[in-house]
Amino acid sequence: MDMLTCSHVSKAFGKHNIFNNVLSDLTFSVPEHSIFGFIGQNGAGKTTTMKLILGLLQCDSGEIFVNGIPVSFGQNKTNRYIGYLPDVPEFYSFMTPMEYLMLCGEITGMEKKKSQDRADRLLHLVGLSQAQKRIQGFSRGMKQRLGIAQALLNSPKLLICDEPTSALDPLGRKEILDILCSVKNETTILFSTHILSDVERICDKIAFLNNGKIALQGTLEEIKGIRKGSGIEIEFNRQEDADLFAEKYKDGRRTGKVRVCCHQKTEKDMIEIMQLLTGNNISPQRIEMLEPALEDLFMEVVGE
Amino acid sequence: MKQLTAFTKKEFMELIRTGKALLLMILFILFGIMNPAIAKMTPWLLETMLQDPAETGFVITEIEVNAMSSWTQFYKNIPIAFIIFLIMFSGILTAEYHKGTLVNMITKGMDRWKIIMSKLIVMISFWTVGYWVCYGITYLYNAWFWDNKVASYLLFSAFCFYLIGIWMISLIVFLSAVFQNNSAVLIMTACGFLVIYFIGFIQKVKKFLPVKLLDSADLLSGTKEASEYLYAIAVLIILVIGNITIAVVQFNKKNI
Repeated sequence: MDMLTCSHVSKAFGKHNIFNNVLSDLTFSVPEHSIFGFIGQNGAGKTTTMKLILGLLQCDSGEIFVNGIPVSFGQNKTNRYIGYLPDVPEFYSFMTPMEYLMLCGEITGMEKKKSQDRADRLLHLVGLSQAQKRIQGFSRGMKQRLGIAQALLNSPKLLICDEPTSALDPLGRKEILDILCSVKNETTILFSTHILSDVERICDKIAFLNNGKIALQGTLEEIKGIRKGSGIEIEFNRQEDADLFAEKYKDGRRTGKVRVCCHQKTEKDMIEIMQLLTGNNISPQRIEMLEPALEDLFMEVVGE
Repeated sequence: MKQLTAFTKKEFMELIRTGKALLLMILFILFGIMNPAIAKMTPWLLETMLQDPAETGFVITEIEVNAMSSWTQFYKNIPIAFIIFLIMFSGILTAEYHKGTLVNMITKGMDRWKIIMSKLIVMISFWTVGYWVCYGITYLYNAWFWDNKVASYLLFSAFCFYLIGIWMISLIVFLSAVFQNNSAVLIMTACGFLVIYFIGFIQKVKKFLPVKLLDSADLLSGTKEASEYLYAIAVLIILVIGNITIAVVQFNKKNI
């Protein structure tokens, strides 16, 4: 079952007949118990999409369903299934993490004992169980971790994270991604990012958002498979070897004195090239079938 | 109700932990003491300021200082205390927009109208306690030094100004639901008050306006009757309910 479905969603901002179409005809769905990466440039509309799902903004057209229930602006029926981690989570700085989580528990209607147990467990999960001080003194990374704890408090079916790792150092990013991975079985995760290495690390399914629409959508393997065998790169020991190869094999592009790149090649082409090299007694320093990188796809999608 | 209780508790916790609660209590207690103190010191103050009265043409006769002088000070000083109170609370909702702290609450399912109500409850609670503590201190000092019986309608006239506070609080809440920042709320609150104040220059209309209640000090001298203020009180209550209702409706539509 799909935990989240967005169907032909549009949203424009502006007034006095001057409108900016942030989203137009956006359609995608997120299966249960998956980690869905939502990729796009800055300003592509990722945060807008999330706010629409949360009922913080109103769609101009289209429908959004969470757990089969339609989302409506200003109402909270669907929000009880959702845990939300904003891109810059802000809390009441005069409270301690436990106090804040207890407040969240009361807001969501949880029983006090259950709130307490769950808060203890989550603070331990995110590594904040030792933090007795008020939130005022927290670093960005600590706030992000508290953000995940509050988002998971009421055991949501859908966890929405808006750029959870963008402002963190590599260690912080790894910690957050590990936490997200560890809760995958309890919930479904939709997270937006423009850090492609994070997507490659933990996502099952991804979608590229560009010009208000989904430009590309599918599992990580499917998406990478679109560009399978994106190229063969050869690095030679001597310039003469490179010159000789270039003479014999016209389908390559010289990228340096001793380097040649052949785009969009398959395994068959690899065999052909290797035969050509051995046939001409050329021993390369390195020959590599380039793995299709998300970055290439990203560049392609945004048309650069 | 659990949400409302929890959120209101959070509001009180904030005011206590940030020191605002203590500051406010000190403010109102100080003003409560100041009223009889200034009244008592008036003869000495006049003598000190006019060092050679004969030269300046002033003749100081016997200055009678009684409870009336103290109550006159009360009605002069309490607006100042109230303005400080309003300035301290003007950001009660707009600060949350700036910090972004409402997002988590609303996405957790907090009903928006409860946010408005809890801010109102807190402001009205502090105004009620502060105002009546101030009144109580002045009353007790006056009873100790002089005799409160010289003033008529003491409680009723104090209640009139208290109601003006309630009206202004509801205005702050309404404007906080409309505007994004603290300064806009304060400026528009002042404008709102001034508009009603200037309309009040038309004597025929004044008895229906909340600003009529600013003259409640006139009741003390016994020259006015309480019934003259009843229309103004009725209109004030309607305005308060109107402000709160529009605040709730507007806040429901606001992009947080």
